[in-house]
Amino acid sequence: MTALAWLIPCALLLGLLGLAAFLWSLNSGQFEDLEGAGWRALQDEEPGREEAAGRKLEG
Amino acid sequence: MARPLTQAAAPRRANAGGARPPAILTVLAVENMQCGGCMRKVEQALAALPGVDSARANLSAKRVTAVHGSTAVTTHQLVEALARAGFKAAELADDTANPAKQAERDLLKRLGVAGFAAANIMLLSVSVWSGGGGDMTPSVRALFHWLSALIALPAVAYAGVPFFRSAAQALRARRLNMDVPISLGVTLATAMSLLQTTRGSEQIYFDAAVTLLFFLLVGRFLDQRMRVRTAGAAANLMGLRAATATVILPDGSTEQLGSRLLGPGMRILTVAGERFAVDGRVLDGRSEVDESLITGETAPRSVAAGARIYAGTTNLSGSLVTQATATDQSTLLAEIARLMSAAEQARGHYVRLADRAARLYAPAVHILGLVTFLGWLCAGRGWEAALTVAIAVLIITCPCALALAVPAVQVAAIGRLFSRGVLVKAGDGMERLAEIDTVVFDKTGTLTLGEPALTQTAGVSDAVLARAADLAAASRHPYARAVVRAAEAAGHKIAHRGGVREEAGFGLERTGPTGVERLGSQAWCGAPVSAGDQAAVWYRGGDGAIVRFALEDGLRRDAAEVVQRLNAAGLDTELVSGDRAGVVEAVAGHAGIGRWKARMLPAQKIARIAALQAAGRKVLMVGDGLNDAPALAAAHASLSPSTAADISQTAADAVFQGDRLAPVLEVIAVARATRRMALQNFAIAIGYNCLFVPLAMAGLVTPLLAAIAMSASSIAVTANAVRLKTMRLELDR
Repeated sequence: MTALAWLIPCALLLGLLGLAAFLWSLNSGQFEDLEGAGWRALQDEEPGREEAAGRKLEG
Repeated sequence: MARPLTQAAAPRRANAGGARPPAILTVLAVENMQCGGCMRKVEQALAALPGVDSARANLSAKRVTAVHGSTAVTTHQLVEALARAGFKAAELADDTANPAKQAERDLLKRLGVAGFAAANIMLLSVSVWSGGGGDMTPSVRALFHWLSALIALPAVAYAGVPFFRSAAQALRARRLNMDVPISLGVTLATAMSLLQTTRGSEQIYFDAAVTLLFFLLVGRFLDQRMRVRTAGAAANLMGLRAATATVILPDGSTEQLGSRLLGPGMRILTVAGERFAVDGRVLDGRSEVDESLITGETAPRSVAAGARIYAGTTNLSGSLVTQATATDQSTLLAEIARLMSAAEQARGHYVRLADRAARLYAPAVHILGLVTFLGWLCAGRGWEAALTVAIAVLIITCPCALALAVPAVQVAAIGRLFSRGVLVKAGDGMERLAEIDTVVFDKTGTLTLGEPALTQTAGVSDAVLARAADLAAASRHPYARAVVRAAEAAGHKIAHRGGVREEAGFGLERTGPTGVERLGSQAWCGAPVSAGDQAAVWYRGGDGAIVRFALEDGLRRDAAEVVQRLNAAGLDTELVSGDRAGVVEAVAGHAGIGRWKARMLPAQKIARIAALQAAGRKVLMVGDGLNDAPALAAAHASLSPSTAADISQTAADAVFQGDRLAPVLEVIAVARATRRMALQNFAIAIGYNCLFVPLAMAGLVTPLLAAIAMSASSIAVTANAVRLKTMRLELDR
């Protein structure tokens, strides 16, 4: 039963981490454009001015 | 609307450099941004402008946000830059503070918390259920229950707020809504479980309470998201169609202003091809005006100084300077708006399917819970045992699947229509569209394309048509454009040569190698007077030979087929138009519509629809003109093509794109399928209640059974809704 003493806190911590990650991504606007995000991954040009600018807007 | 970027308004996007002037955030709707490539082009086009710091496109919302120095760049320049890159854009009000959008994010946060809590409590509960009969000691079980309580209490307090708030509001207004039993069930289950935990009992419902909240929030979130998305798309549409006007300032210079900023007395320049932004009187110039959006009549009206012009009509041939008049109660637009608001009130009585279900369901749930409690009390059990069973009944009956039943289907339906170029503006619109049994069409711009086309080119030699088209290419008059299109269809290449003079209200003239060529009215070309009121344009060649081109507002290609399929599906069709009887009769004949009414004023159109509805019909109005707007608002449901007047698009439940009429069939078929599947979902939800409620009342439902039943029904309902996305649909009886 001693295993429970650290397994349960571990499980809870992992869950909380997941929740925190979700809330963070929600607040940083990552759910604003679900279609566009997929396309951005496919654009393989050199990071130009507008991409850097895009990051500036996001962050 | 551009607004200064302040810390308070947008803390995440704050400008880093303190020394730089404050940045401005401008949001533009971009109509034809369809794919990742377009997204990149849009961003590059804007970022390349000097003064623009950055641009970020949002593909789902079809919008782009530009950050720029306060005065360096005007919105006009941004729109121009996008136009050069091939995109149609318009400025929008910045809606980052939009309450509906805030509510969506808020629901998503609560959904996240409920999901976390449900997963973790379920983890603990599964151990209790599986180990309950085996080697789990009571102390470990108590520990697990306490841990569950620790997670459940804050989660319920946070995730349940939307339901508690709505229930409190309903109770204050002395009403019952679906949120009352939900709130009661969740609160009682949590409180009772806490009490049982302190006593070391086995009947703990934390998992049920939190899972219930989780599934309910999914339904709430889907519903909210659908509203935000449809409202956002509607705002894009309105923004793109909002008119700007060239105002002549007292010093003679000109300035582009949005139509909202125009006031009476302003002098406005409208060149050929533009729409008038406000009502006014002509001060200077002579032209022809296309008033088909207002009157339904395709033949243009000649105007000169002193003539009255209406907002929304199109200037065809010459430049006009007009003086804006106040939009007082006597103007046409005000009259239309008054008719519309009166008509909309009548429609306000519609009750949504989910609310109708709630009216029956909420009292039933309370009565069942109460009966169970009293029954067990009378049977001699203590109040605690009786209450535990009553709570199980409340949880089992809690309308998880019911709350998901309608939103899940409507989200799937609206997504399906969206990808086919139909923009649905509200969920209840889908429900009303499903009920219609009569379709009333407007003529101009709805059944027809709203632009004239040459009807007979058989007797005209190709060479003559080509020469006439060369001349016509210099004008934006719809008749001239019809000649150009006909020549292009016949395979001619149109050369844009100079030297063409346009006499507003008469026609075009050019001195060519063979002499003076003219294209225009009968008088302009010196043609003999001919009988009939059919629209036509004349051409006189250099050699003096005169040719007459007959014109007609062509039907949409598939109009007759659509009408025939509507009739085959048992729907009545009718044509109601403001145009002359002869024209309306001809169009009705071509389209295969038996009943038609001509020369109808806006008030008469409403009266006709009211008469149909008084006879028990549910009318779908399909129309585009300003004169249709009140009728669109009065009808049970309404559709507009995307070329319609702004006010008509506002009044319509859905707007369809393209030059075909087939979306009308698709909309009705999807709306009917939506209702069918929503009812199927209700059946699933009620079927599961019929199975489990008796068990719950008998006190046989354990926490495990409650959790399984609830999840299974919610998943079944959602899976059923998703089918709608890919289902093959045919309109039938």
